[in-house]
Amino acid sequence: MSKMNVVKLKVPVSQEDVDKLEQGDIVYLTGTIYTAREGVYKKVLESGEKLPVDIRSISNVNFHCSPAASPNEQGGYDVGAVTATASFRFGKWMKQWFEVSGAKIIIGKGGMPEQAYRDVFVPNGARYLSTVGYGAGALLGRGIKQVKDVHWLAENGIAQAMWIFEVDEIGPFIVDNDREGNSLFVKHENAVNAKLEKLYEGLKPPALKRYGETTSRADEVIGEPDTQPIRIVNAMPTERSKD
Amino acid sequence: MSRKPIPQQLVLETATELMSRAAIDIPPDYKKALQAAASKETEDLSCFVIKTMLDNYDVAEEDRRPMCADTGLPRFYVKAGNEAVVEGGFIALEHAIRESVAIGTQQIPLRPNRVHPLTRKDNNNNLGIHAPEIEYTFEPGGDWIDLVTVHKGGLFGTDYRMLFPGDGIDGIKRFFLDTMASFGRRGLACQPAIIGIGLGGNKDTCMRIGKEAACLRVVGDVNPDPDVAKLEQELKDLGNNIGMGPMGFEGKTLVVDCHVEVAYTHTGGMPMSIHSFCHSSRRAAARIHSDGRVEFRDDPQWFTDFYRREGIE
Repeated sequence: MSKMNVVKLKVPVSQEDVDKLEQGDIVYLTGTIYTAREGVYKKVLESGEKLPVDIRSISNVNFHCSPAASPNEQGGYDVGAVTATASFRFGKWMKQWFEVSGAKIIIGKGGMPEQAYRDVFVPNGARYLSTVGYGAGALLGRGIKQVKDVHWLAENGIAQAMWIFEVDEIGPFIVDNDREGNSLFVKHENAVNAKLEKLYEGLKPPALKRYGETTSRADEVIGEPDTQPIRIVNAMPTERSKD
Repeated sequence: MSRKPIPQQLVLETATELMSRAAIDIPPDYKKALQAAASKETEDLSCFVIKTMLDNYDVAEEDRRPMCADTGLPRFYVKAGNEAVVEGGFIALEHAIRESVAIGTQQIPLRPNRVHPLTRKDNNNNLGIHAPEIEYTFEPGGDWIDLVTVHKGGLFGTDYRMLFPGDGIDGIKRFFLDTMASFGRRGLACQPAIIGIGLGGNKDTCMRIGKEAACLRVVGDVNPDPDVAKLEQELKDLGNNIGMGPMGFEGKTLVVDCHVEVAYTHTGGMPMSIHSFCHSSRRAAARIHSDGRVEFRDDPQWFTDFYRREGIE
């Protein structure tokens, strides 16, 4: 088995503890965490609605997640499985969200672009933890001891409501960004990219191109919407394409 | 002629049980393949991720909670023996299936993922317009009904492209690499996964058989056509040679198995679809016999010789 460095943290997390995290550390959290994704970000950051609670005093760990939850007979909620949703879609809200919420840890799926880490996470002393494998919902579900509260359930629905969870060693999570904003995902991608072109060698390109097709295989499909003017690409190549 | 109808209540009970098995129990063929992959994977991070997934399956089964909180989009596949009769007819069968989705969503619980595409209205039971999808095929003889449910995750890892006959195997391999490499980054496709490829047909047929190849054929199953079988093996090896493992970390475990299905297509084209079944490969199958027996089984046995027939028969 691999030699992973395991770190157990109490939430709210201290800046000191956060600063000690290394890229690739395996983290488990105990305390109170909350969910917030586009439904909550839009309400607070675009519609200007007040947060239903003083989140700063409750927790500084924001989970990009929608639980599989249903009401129980005691008037509370049972949470079955918990998994993260892809975080790259929420990049445009993160700067303001850090200001409003004081979050120090964002947990989600797949990380964010390195630029976001450098521009937004580093100045806030914040880190991104990725869930493992993305389907470890039962494991994470076991880490949730109790639903402490839920806000905006009626307006936002189960998936987009703001859930407040009491957690006990919930994890594992993997630390993606280091103190300088470098991403573990990107490091691994670069290693993959170095070998990728070789696999295409000798395979002739298809007759019909696709409009807007990327010409670099190191490109990612995640990221901010394209703000560049559309380049006109001839969909019927007249000469052998260079790739 | 008196045929014994299959009671609607039995369809409801079986479908509800399938909903729960699909969400909670990893199919044994996939689990075994992942265990084998864990022992072969040499990269630390990839190995850690695979072992975490294996732990997760155990916890899901012990706690009877879904493997993954994104419980996908429940859908049903129905194969009816030609002699099968359902009490109340097929309207009653669909009623029972839809009811099982609502019950399963509440009881398991599943995430109510289904929403109206524009208004985002959520009925909170995974039901809606054309939801769940229910597909039908038929088999000669037999007075049984096969029910299969698949709860497929759906945001990443699927693509379609119109290729042309001149693009040949090269075109297929390139599109396969494009899709694997782009959606494999950061593990958006939730790999390692069973990859299903649809080749030929119309666009809708191409998508349908590709998805069925991913979701309804077990790991280790091989297409009976030797040419197609050869392509399956080549694509599997190609995917695992990218050097990308789970979550897009360095590794050699990307494709657990590759299944290709073909359909006759327009003489000028060679459409291709790719589908990644995620590492929570949620499927469960059962046969309901007319005498009331219900047999649960691991292999959906969806692709039969009859289903793949070429002639009039």
